[in-house]
Amino acid sequence: MLVKLRNPNREIEVDGDRTVNHLLDALELPRESHLVICNGTLVPGDARLAHDDVVEIRPVISGGC
Amino acid sequence: MAASGSKCRSCGEPAVIDLPRHNANFCAEHLLQLCRRQLHKAIEDYDMFGSDDRLLVAVSGGKDSLAVWDMLVEAGYRADGFYVGLGIGEYSDESTRYVTDFAEQRGLHLISADLRRDFGYDIPTAARATKRVPCSACGMSKRHLFDKAAVDGGYDVVVTGHNLDDEAAVLLGNVLHWDIEYLARQLPVLPARNGFPRKAKPLVRLTERETAAWCLLRGIDYLVEECPIAAGNRHLHHKSVLNTIERESPSTKSAFYLNFIDNMAPLLAEQTAAASGDLVECARCGAPTTGETCGFCRLVDTARAHEPVPVDLVLGKRGRR
Repeated sequence: MLVKLRNPNREIEVDGDRTVNHLLDALELPRESHLVICNGTLVPGDARLAHDDVVEIRPVISGGC
Repeated sequence: MAASGSKCRSCGEPAVIDLPRHNANFCAEHLLQLCRRQLHKAIEDYDMFGSDDRLLVAVSGGKDSLAVWDMLVEAGYRADGFYVGLGIGEYSDESTRYVTDFAEQRGLHLISADLRRDFGYDIPTAARATKRVPCSACGMSKRHLFDKAAVDGGYDVVVTGHNLDDEAAVLLGNVLHWDIEYLARQLPVLPARNGFPRKAKPLVRLTERETAAWCLLRGIDYLVEECPIAAGNRHLHHKSVLNTIERESPSTKSAFYLNFIDNMAPLLAEQTAAASGDLVECARCGAPTTGETCGFCRLVDTARAHEPVPVDLVLGKRGRR
């Protein structure tokens, strides 16, 4: 699947199938500070992602100064 | 379409988000409902403002400030926006675009200021000129201009988008240093006093994940990239530490902050009263201050006298890419 990452913006290919939580764990991204959007739709941690999905992993932490 | 086994706790429809701190999953409709309830609970529990008050929402183009503006307008409050151009290169250019688009698309009133245009400096230059971290000059500039815009415009309350993660991280920083004066002032609402307007943080019961989800589900286009200068700062480190704890023990973060407000803040109230005395008007701008000239006017003098500094020279640890 195609995975879009932020900060900085980049795209990587990841072998499917796997759940959202497994994908975040594999990329060492905390679940508490990210949302996952699959094919334009917000999905929960147990959602199963397929090899042809386009996935965005969006960080939600802001500087807050 | 990704297959999900989890169901919304409220209606049983497929969930779009899991919220371990609530030990529940929610569909889009009921996540939005949860956000609305938490917003109203904060406003009512802490007596932030009423339906007749005029609100000035400090907006940055990020998810939290646009989310709180959207929630308040949806709830029927009279809320205008106030934006400060900070001069942080492309980041500020993008911020301006997101804020302007948000206001125009919804027909909302937006007031803007620009540090370089209106005061002759920007944040990178101020950081270099004062030899302090950029977030210090940024915070002072924004607080001063938010307060002034509210007082000049006759607004009753300045509203900011500080969320539960922001407040818990600040609380952790203050506790680690036992900074009693800062702890005493870390409240979800600060009353108007000595020329300062009332300030309220209606998102203190919502996490960053929840406000970001609100924006996604409401179709709010916001600036996802974090400030390149703030990248790697101590505040973000505190957030990361709290998220590590939260992962092992969900809802610890909300207990840490909300129980502080309920149990500890009242004990510090005396400290707040003691710290608020002896303010006079700044001889230059009229803002409340402890000295003859306020910190903002001194900052303007120092920064304006310095030659402009490119943002690349003051990037945070992770902002250098």
